[in-house]
Amino acid sequence: MATTMRVDIVSAEGAIHSGAAAMVYATAEMGEVGIAPRHTAFISRLKPGDVRVENEHGEQEHFYVSGGMLEVQPTVVTVLADTAIRARDLDEAAALEAKRRAEDALAGQSAKFEYARAQIELAEAVAQLRAIEKLRKMKGR
Amino acid sequence: MVAASKMRKAQDRMSASRPYAEKMLQVISHLAHATPEYRHSFMAIEREVKAVGYIVVSSDRGLCGGLNSNLFRRLTSEIKAHQATGTDVAFCAIGSKALAFFKRFGGRMLGQITHLGDKPHIEELIGTVKVMLDAYEAKKIDAIYIVSNEFVNTMTQRPVIRQLVPISGEVHDALPNHWDYIYEPDARSVLDALLTRYVESLVYQAVVENSACEQAARMVAMKSASDNAGNLIGELQLVYNKARQAAITQELSEIVSGASAV
Repeated sequence: MATTMRVDIVSAEGAIHSGAAAMVYATAEMGEVGIAPRHTAFISRLKPGDVRVENEHGEQEHFYVSGGMLEVQPTVVTVLADTAIRARDLDEAAALEAKRRAEDALAGQSAKFEYARAQIELAEAVAQLRAIEKLRKMKGR
Repeated sequence: MVAASKMRKAQDRMSASRPYAEKMLQVISHLAHATPEYRHSFMAIEREVKAVGYIVVSSDRGLCGGLNSNLFRRLTSEIKAHQATGTDVAFCAIGSKALAFFKRFGGRMLGQITHLGDKPHIEELIGTVKVMLDAYEAKKIDAIYIVSNEFVNTMTQRPVIRQLVPISGEVHDALPNHWDYIYEPDARSVLDALLTRYVESLVYQAVVENSACEQAARMVAMKSASDNAGNLIGELQLVYNKARQAAITQELSEIVSGASAV
């Protein structure tokens, strides 16, 4: 039996793959890498692309990762996959968006908030109307 | 019933996200030992704490017992302690209830995200977390805490405040035989990417755990509400029966007395 290593592909939202493999291929930041068992300790960022896991019978499994980290130890390979497409400017935009939301909310201009308040007021008005109607009926009797 | 099945799913998500964070902590603590010459600003550095940031995780909807109010009470006492020592406080709200709380409470809010739904995704949290991390990098705040509910069991949820940054996690003992990774492209950028992701995954975990707490709390709250309603129905039934019986007795006695008068 050929030597194998353990391969774990995990993302923040769950484990994607776990098992023995004879070879792992991934697109690292500096180019494609092939990792065989007993590879020396190695760590790299991954570019979006394919991660191929080959078992001892030569069968390949493909996983798409949108970036992440590859950590290699002699008997264990771990792919820490991103679930989102990451880029500095995208992150920046998301941060600005979060900030803007906070400012909007504090200014009290958020449409959703107004909606919630209006809903409560409407419910109160309906309840009042109902109470008045009941009173009328009781008097009318 | 609905809350029960939602709770189970949230718990599944909770356990699914754990291996990622554990693995990351392993790598980070190894890196911290392997490259002592580079200290990232997220790693424990003694720096005077003049301002702190809180990421507050709450639910989006109410009707879940004292879940959110317990959390806010815990947070308020913490904030008071900070204000007593003259420390500045900034916030970041996750969930509508936290947002509504800070609108009432006031305070400096750096970012917010609401309506994550039952299946939160990490990409929705990136911006919110980055706002806080940027503030930390710019030295506007000197520590970041996360405030959320801890899932003890279905009946118990405990509000907890954990320190996110600087990372105080258990740094393993120095490794007996020293070895180092080959870095690509270099240690610094690898560590940067890892630490940001690590913090994000911790926030994500807190959000998922909080949603499990929310469902559990809602289940218990709804159960006790229907129990209370049952009791109320029983009491009212008794009152109704008594009133009915009294009316019948009265009518009978009127008829009997009328008949005897004839």
